[in-house]
Amino acid sequence: MSISAQELNHLCKLAKLSPDEKTLEKISSQFTDIINYIDTLSEAKTEGIEPLYSPVFHESAVREDKAVRKQTPDQILKNAPETDGTYFIVPRIVEGK
Amino acid sequence: MINTSITEVKKRLAKKEISATELTKACLEQIQKTDNTLGAFINVYPEQAIKKAQELDAKGYNPEQALWGIPVSVKDALATKNMRTTAGSKILETFTPPYSAFVIEELEKAGAIILGKNNMDEFAMGSTCENSAYKSGSNPWNTDCVAGGSSGGSAISVASCQCFASLGTDTGGSIRQPASLCGIVGLKPTYGRVSRYGLLAYASSLDQIGPFTRTIEDTALMLSVISGHDERDSTSSPRAKEDFTKYFENPKKDLQGITIGLPKEFFENKAMDSEVAKLCQQTIDKAKKIGATIKEVSMPNLAYSIASYYIIASAEASSNLARYDGIRYGHRTNQPTDLDELYRMSRTEGFGEEVQRRILLGTYVLSAGYYDAYYKKAAQVRRLIRQDYENALKECDVLLAPVSPIVAWKKGSVTDPLQMYQMDIFTLSLNLSGLPGLSIPVGMAHNMPVGMQIFGSAFEEAKLFQVGHSLVEHLGTNNQYKL
Repeated sequence: MSISAQELNHLCKLAKLSPDEKTLEKISSQFTDIINYIDTLSEAKTEGIEPLYSPVFHESAVREDKAVRKQTPDQILKNAPETDGTYFIVPRIVEGK
Repeated sequence: MINTSITEVKKRLAKKEISATELTKACLEQIQKTDNTLGAFINVYPEQAIKKAQELDAKGYNPEQALWGIPVSVKDALATKNMRTTAGSKILETFTPPYSAFVIEELEKAGAIILGKNNMDEFAMGSTCENSAYKSGSNPWNTDCVAGGSSGGSAISVASCQCFASLGTDTGGSIRQPASLCGIVGLKPTYGRVSRYGLLAYASSLDQIGPFTRTIEDTALMLSVISGHDERDSTSSPRAKEDFTKYFENPKKDLQGITIGLPKEFFENKAMDSEVAKLCQQTIDKAKKIGATIKEVSMPNLAYSIASYYIIASAEASSNLARYDGIRYGHRTNQPTDLDELYRMSRTEGFGEEVQRRILLGTYVLSAGYYDAYYKKAAQVRRLIRQDYENALKECDVLLAPVSPIVAWKKGSVTDPLQMYQMDIFTLSLNLSGLPGLSIPVGMAHNMPVGMQIFGSAFEEAKLFQVGHSLVEHLGTNNQYKL
């Protein structure tokens, strides 16, 4: 099975990626190989087998849902690409005043 | 003094024959001398390290601190409060986390001195350490060859005596394979044994942090330090810390009473190099000679492990890496016209090609219409693979298998992603199962190191250390290094 350019563009949109035409072409041909390979899974007999999503060996524990202050706003904002000292700054999303 | 084990150098530190500062400076000197060629580090912090060593020296040796004065390094996927943490990616080039990973806290409590952050394949996606956005790592035994990956920098730094131990992460073999290709010891602990708090996630259900060292005893020591329950990681096991070093006070010389299983599917693989296969056979013969019972076992679903792994890992990666959006930290594109362009261009400029490929693959297998055929199917196969391991381990104490079908290959010689994924054929399935695996050096083929891995039941790392230690002692491969 191969993947259409349209389908790949849709995936890029979902994943918020915009690779250039050349990269996209390369990824497209590799994708076909990879998908053909992973399609071998269809041969595995899995009827009635419960999926294993996490290999964790213990029961999940619950703890009290308590707010803990670990960081100051300054520490959190330290790595922000753009900030006014209190908020993260992003391009305007809502039109208006 | 740098080419010995932690266990040995600790005795000298305790007797004050050397100071923590002298030892730290010796390691930093080795880094300065070798790292332009080897590329084991993305960032080194000599001043912080020397300052920490001087503070320790001023307080004096403390036997309560298991790693007092020991210079170590850590993979750049582990968050460090005062050191940049890039995960080998341009998207995090200037990121200094506001907190440290659990394992970093534990290393610091134990008195270790962290020299810097090890090179790695971007976001741990790669098997060679060539896929770092900063530099390619080189194998210390032959610098034209790959170091393995993704924790390549960790393996290089330990194998070339730039430090005494390193922490890496193993999602599909990323500790065991570079350890094997660089001739040292590497452990992937049981899933949940070590907290992943502060590990920059690639595939959360597969990732596990573990040590690289030059001896098995040192690996046991490192695991004793970094394991234990952490409430900040819901998958962290409730088990308390264990002291895995006690066994080494009086280790067994032989393997009497131990049954070692050989999963035939690992040994029948067509990609195996004949010299590597020969060394594996010699190791099995040695195990038999020192008393082990050898038993052939079968793991029929192993053939599906690469497909199952790449579906699950890519799916989890596409979700985990969604957080890199250019808003709160990490790279942001210049002058975006709107929010969508900010997201798209920040991510496209920040992520390398392999990362983008896996995000797209993950998005594909999770998308409507394909979810059941791929993701759910892969998770079902994952259970079958775990059952294969558990069934084999019902009859055996441990399993023994090759780590890599070939020795470290020439840089740039494998470029096709699918061909690269197949290099991990022997390591991926263990992460799907969640069980522990220890990679040990077993000798040399084509003048390059070869490793084998020992698998065990959940939380039975102690058994891996016992079998591994007996084997390397008899093979004469304990404390290998390449200065």
